[in-house]
Formats: sequence, C-alpha cells, structure tokens
Amino acid sequence: MFLARVVGTVVATRKDPGLAGTKLLVIQPLRPDRTPAGKPLVAVDSVGAGAAEEVFYVRGREAALPFLPAEVPTDAAIVGIVDHWSTA
Amino acid sequence: MVIARVVGNVVSTQKNGKLEGAKLLLAQPLDLDGKDRGPAVMAIDGVDAGVGDRVLLVLDGKAAMTVLDRGLAGVDAAIVGVVDTVDLEDSARSR
Repeated sequence: MFLARVVGTVVATRKDPGLAGTKLLVIQPLRPDRTPAGKPLVAVDSVGAGAAEEVFYVRGREAALPFLPAEVPTDAAIVGIVDHWSTA
Repeated sequence: MVIARVVGNVVSTQKNGKLEGAKLLLAQPLDLDGKDRGPAVMAIDGVDAGVGDRVLLVLDGKAAMTVLDRGLAGVDAAIVGVVDTVDLEDSARSR
C-alpha cells in the first residue's frame, strides 16, 4: 500500500461494464514528507474519498478485491482515507 | 490506471487462441500535461475505442483478463474507458 493525495477526478461515460458506478480519481503518490513520489495515476475509489484528501491505495490484482463480488477491471484502488501520519 | 492516447491498431492473424477476435490497440501513456510517458503499450480494447481517443489504460493481468472475459489468458493490459474530462487541481497540471 502507498500514501497518495487526491489531485483530480476523471469522467468516462463509455467504460467497461465492470467500472459502472465507480468513482475514478487522479492521485499523486506521496513520500512520507508529503513531496510527490513519481507520477500520478488513476485509481478506483472504494471508500468515498474526495478532492485534496490524503489516502492510501493498493496496486496490482489486489486492487480489484475491495469490490468483490463485482469484478472491477482496475490495477489501482483507494482503500483508505488517512487521518494523519507521522514519521520518527 | 493511467490516462493514454490510442495511437494505433494492431492486426495479428496468428495469435494465441484466447486472443482470437480480441481488438488490439496501441496506447501511449500520457502525463497529466498530455506529454508522452514511456513506451506505447499494446492493450485489449474493452470499450470500442479508436485512434485519437483519450482512454483509461489498466496495466495488470487480472484486470485485463476481466475485460477479456475468457478466464486465464496471456494478457497484461486493457483499455477500460474513454475519458470525457479530467478535472485537476492547479498543482497537478504539470505532472
């Protein structure tokens, strides 16, 4: 899992049936010091995240699991909204 | 998922049986400012996209197999949506 910040939204009317009704968010992965880590990506939201929130997300085939039994064709999913984090 | 631009069609007569009838497209991943990001990817098309469309590209075998809907298959990328709009906060526009 990785930390990220929601930086945008994507609207796609024509999409795979498995994505119907999902919310697509652009997220920017973050380092622990909140600087950007790598390139932004698009993730399916499973927790009701919104603009500018800090979240954590999973990548790979596990990204489809939060939506079971629906088969959602995604490689990234937001699985939590972060209240806060701290580093030693 | 990444945002990509469809840049080509791929025709292949001799291919793995699981891929028969599948539409194959070449998709160029994009940065949020619209510039190319890395190499173009061959992907299964699940939404009848066409050259020039801005699309959502998944880069994962399981997701691509869900789109193909033929059980286990040798695929690792699929186009799952045609992008209408992307709304970004100002700080993200240049990434």
